[in-house]
Amino acid sequence: MTEATPTTPDSTAAVEVRGVDKVFETRTGQVHALDAIDLVIAPGEFISLIGPSGCGKSTLMRLIADLDEPTGGTLTVFGKTARQARLDQDYGIAFQQAGLLPWRTVAANVALPLELHGVGSAERRSRVEHLLDMVGLSDFADRYPDQLSGGMQQRVAIARALAEQPRLLLMDEPFGALDEMTREKMQTELVRISAETGAAVVFVTHSIPEAVFLSDRVVVMSPRPGRIQQVVPMRLGAEAERAARTEELREERAFFDMVTAVREALHGGSPVSSGPRGVETR
Amino acid sequence: MTDLRERETADAVPGGVPGGIRSAGRAGRVGRSRRAGRTAAAWAWGLVGILALALLWEGYKFLAPADGVVIAGTRVLPRSTDLAMPHVWDMIARLAEPVTRSPSAQPLWLVVLLAALTTLGIAAAGWLVGVVVGIGLALVMQRWRIAEWGLLPWIVLSQTVPLIAFAPVVKSWGSRVEIGAFEWQDWMSVALIASYLAFFPIAVGALKGLQSPDRIHTELMQTYAAGYWQTLVKLRFPAAVPYLLPALRLGAANAVIGAVVAEVSTGLQGGIGRILIQFAGQASGDPAKAWGPIFGAIVLGLVAAGSVALLGAILKNYRRSEESA
Repeated sequence: MTEATPTTPDSTAAVEVRGVDKVFETRTGQVHALDAIDLVIAPGEFISLIGPSGCGKSTLMRLIADLDEPTGGTLTVFGKTARQARLDQDYGIAFQQAGLLPWRTVAANVALPLELHGVGSAERRSRVEHLLDMVGLSDFADRYPDQLSGGMQQRVAIARALAEQPRLLLMDEPFGALDEMTREKMQTELVRISAETGAAVVFVTHSIPEAVFLSDRVVVMSPRPGRIQQVVPMRLGAEAERAARTEELREERAFFDMVTAVREALHGGSPVSSGPRGVETR
Repeated sequence: MTDLRERETADAVPGGVPGGIRSAGRAGRVGRSRRAGRTAAAWAWGLVGILALALLWEGYKFLAPADGVVIAGTRVLPRSTDLAMPHVWDMIARLAEPVTRSPSAQPLWLVVLLAALTTLGIAAAGWLVGVVVGIGLALVMQRWRIAEWGLLPWIVLSQTVPLIAFAPVVKSWGSRVEIGAFEWQDWMSVALIASYLAFFPIAVGALKGLQSPDRIHTELMQTYAAGYWQTLVKLRFPAAVPYLLPALRLGAANAVIGAVVAEVSTGLQGGIGRILIQFAGQASGDPAKAWGPIFGAIVLGLVAAGSVALLGAILKNYRRSEESA
């Protein structure tokens, strides 16, 4: 994994979104899911997309993944079209559900993308071993998904997303279905993993503290039509080493300030005079 | 049964504690012995069922009037004479006796067994053809939605044609087929008719199975830039297994029924359908004899369905679900 750090000298953006619109044709008429989205994500940058339901954050991620096509504007991934980037396997993806294949063992699930792309069995084995070690599931390689807890399944899914050492990791509320304890543990692990691999991450979430804890920048979106309301830089780790982000961070004053900043952005710029600081608004 | 066991195992693995493995192993062992107990119970209940049936038979025979119950000229309950309802023990004893009075005659059970094996072979051939055709149709229907719209109604309609009606037609068509050294055999007509019954549940089940993968899985394959064939082999076929197994079992049972009925209506020698008719004709003189092939046909159906269950045991990992604790 380490040799694939994308701190390559060429400064091509990991993702470049220029004036992207997305309109869904439905029976009841057109739905403007995204409207004039501009966003540039640098290599190795951790970006969170946050906003209320229907703000198009998942749609934006699906456009980057080439699971949907934009109606207008241009979208490039590492300087290529989204389609080419998908064909070249430039990104790894994890969804809200783990989406593991139930008839495959943990190891075989992680190996699936490698298998599909003709990686030799010896290399496959060593790569899977390394990945499972990274997500702390080495002892569970021969288990089946139904024998794992939800958090463990999600870790397998993350290992699978990292299998091809992608320079870009797309995550659509990957911890949304987990309980708070597991969730915080997974966040810490994700910070460590993303630092280890140096991949850029696009992270869709509902949770403000989650976005603040993980990200270099938080992209706050508003619904109908989906627009970028504000991009809030996180001073927590943008300059500092990402690996330095630890559990203590959650207790620091700067963390709460950032949470407040994002919350204010979500509420349209007006200061929020709601409850005590640090109370989660999800 | 397996579901329960897996659920237990999952419960025993909370959030990645190393001790989870050991406790999971223990749960597995408990599950295995419990499963063995359930298998024994299943056999015991099966036996109880057979005994209850025999008791009912003998009980009715003992209590009912010899001429049955006739109300307003219609017989609502059957005659209970030895001719209409031989004793259970007579039927079993008859199996051990020779078929005919000739000194070289084989015992009845052997004749029934050989005939059943012949029919099983024909039904197996028909089942295989049914599997190939059924899965082939399902693949076409899964690939092209328009094919599903166009084909599915015809597939359903095909099963409404009475088997007896077209069995002789198939035989007469078959007898005209002669390609080079290949000559159409009569048993092939029977196998073809068996396949006609077998393919239907397989086609429907396989289609449902191939369409069963969740959107998250198909999209995952899409993000891997996997093509149609890769998606088929790695995702759709494995996902179809839980749907295919019952369909294959139903297909096997249908193939046996189709083979027996086709043997009767095409007059094929050697199979169980033939002796079923033949011995029924002799029932007035030897009522217990006619029951031999009937038992044979029942066992035949069980063996056919059971062989598919064996396939299910081999493929048991494909029947897992994604659910967890």
